[in-house]
Amino acid sequence: MKLVIGIVRPEKANDVLEALYRAEVRGVSMSRIQGHGGELEQVQTYRGTTVKMGLFDKVRFEVAVSDGFVDPTVQAICDGARTGEVGDGKIFVVPLEQAVRIRTGAGDEAAVTPVEH
Amino acid sequence: MSPAIDTGDTAWMLTATALVILMTVALGLFYAGLVRAKNSLNTFMMCISALGIAGVTWALVGYSLAFDGEGAIIGGLGHFALQGVGFEPRGEGTIPHLVFFAFQGSFCIITVALISGAVVERMRFGAWMVFAALWSVLVYAVLAHWAFGGGWLAEQGTLDFAGGVPVEMGSGFSALAAALVVGARKDYGRQALLPHNTVYILLGAGLLWFGWFGFNGGSGFGTGNPSVLAFTNTLLTPACSLITWFVLDLIRGRKVTAVGAATAIIVGCVLITPAGGFISPGWAMALGFLGALPCYAMIVWRPRTRVDETLDVLAAHGVAGFTGILAIGLVAQISWNGIADGLFYGDAGQFWSQAAAAAATPAYAFGATFLLLKLVGALMPLRSTEHDEAVGMDIVYHGEEAYASGEGAILVAPEGDEEVLVANPS
Repeated sequence: MKLVIGIVRPEKANDVLEALYRAEVRGVSMSRIQGHGGELEQVQTYRGTTVKMGLFDKVRFEVAVSDGFVDPTVQAICDGARTGEVGDGKIFVVPLEQAVRIRTGAGDEAAVTPVEH
Repeated sequence: MSPAIDTGDTAWMLTATALVILMTVALGLFYAGLVRAKNSLNTFMMCISALGIAGVTWALVGYSLAFDGEGAIIGGLGHFALQGVGFEPRGEGTIPHLVFFAFQGSFCIITVALISGAVVERMRFGAWMVFAALWSVLVYAVLAHWAFGGGWLAEQGTLDFAGGVPVEMGSGFSALAAALVVGARKDYGRQALLPHNTVYILLGAGLLWFGWFGFNGGSGFGTGNPSVLAFTNTLLTPACSLITWFVLDLIRGRKVTAVGAATAIIVGCVLITPAGGFISPGWAMALGFLGALPCYAMIVWRPRTRVDETLDVLAAHGVAGFTGILAIGLVAQISWNGIADGLFYGDAGQFWSQAAAAAATPAYAFGATFLLLKLVGALMPLRSTEHDEAVGMDIVYHGEEAYASGEGAILVAPEGDEEVLVANPS
């Protein structure tokens, strides 16, 4: 089991969701975050105050998957999020020690496998 | 001061002008709530820009072309740059010419702002400002002359109390042309593009309704019966539209929606705009109940098409203005307006006068706007790049955000070359 963390541009979040759906990856959470990854700063001016924005809005996806799903998930996030310009984001894959489905108490692989309704 | 000036009339018209100016800001708030957060400032700024641009073009040439002379199609340049516009009343009026000019100017401004609803979230701000300046003269001033300034529509008997021709049909059908020329947003039809702040929408619509009492109530140019009738009808018609909208929303989705309620207020105000001083309060209520139906149908149908007329200016202003103009031809009563009866009260001729306006105005507004935008588009790009559309208009064109947090912002020293580091994440 792995936890795939994808940090992407907010305007590409819908494309990522679409790509994950096509890759049959279910069970996703996302959150709005701010981050900096080396892209050019934007200059903003409010009356006499000029600032360079060092932090950009990003969207962070977290997908817990069984080992066989790691590559399709990473591929889907890449496909959905890429624009080719600096600031497209990063993907981190980290080992996952344990997963529990709260409703049933089922653990690990069963917990990250979608159930049929 | 000329003895013909009535101080009560003047006091009300000064107030009414200020109320209409507030409507442009209210419209900005209404539109800003309807778009995504990243485009909300730009959307608001399109309306604010009309205050500057149309305010200036109106003073320079627009007013003159609309209200100088009796030409059938267009007025003259006798009032170029406010020449001859002073404290004396205009014609038979009871208010200073300057107040009349300012009141009419506030109409031109909000009409320009209305069209922006068709092209928000993708049109380049520079191209918008060029278009707005040209449109205010080449389309608005012409239509205002037709209906208000002694042009051919007024001459052949079309009744238009507060701008069903230049303001409502003028903006609505121009908006359709603008949406077609500029094209749909890149994500239109692919992703859900939802309003980002429904409270802004309701507050904007409410303030528009408030301002509309000046818009319609001032269009009698005084405090006489036409103004009083229009003022009260401006309360009644939107109230009835609201009820219709509630019922239709309930039937369609089993819930009364807030965005629907805001839309109903606008539709009701537009419906009564042309007819305000000409029809009885009873008919004004009927107009609110029934006139909302075609607008609702258009709002449900339009998003199923490929036409990204984003904020439904055609449905809320074009269709409602069209309906209101025709309603005069049906239910106007001499006993209420002292001028003309409609078809239901024995004068079929009035209906045909109204029908002429309902046919000619959309044709001119659509055609002229289409050609004008093609011309502007030949000189400069109308659309933002896909990249800019993704980032959002606020940062791209204004270098500001509606909801800036300041986190991670590095202060640049006023001199510009020395940076004071407040927070540097890299």
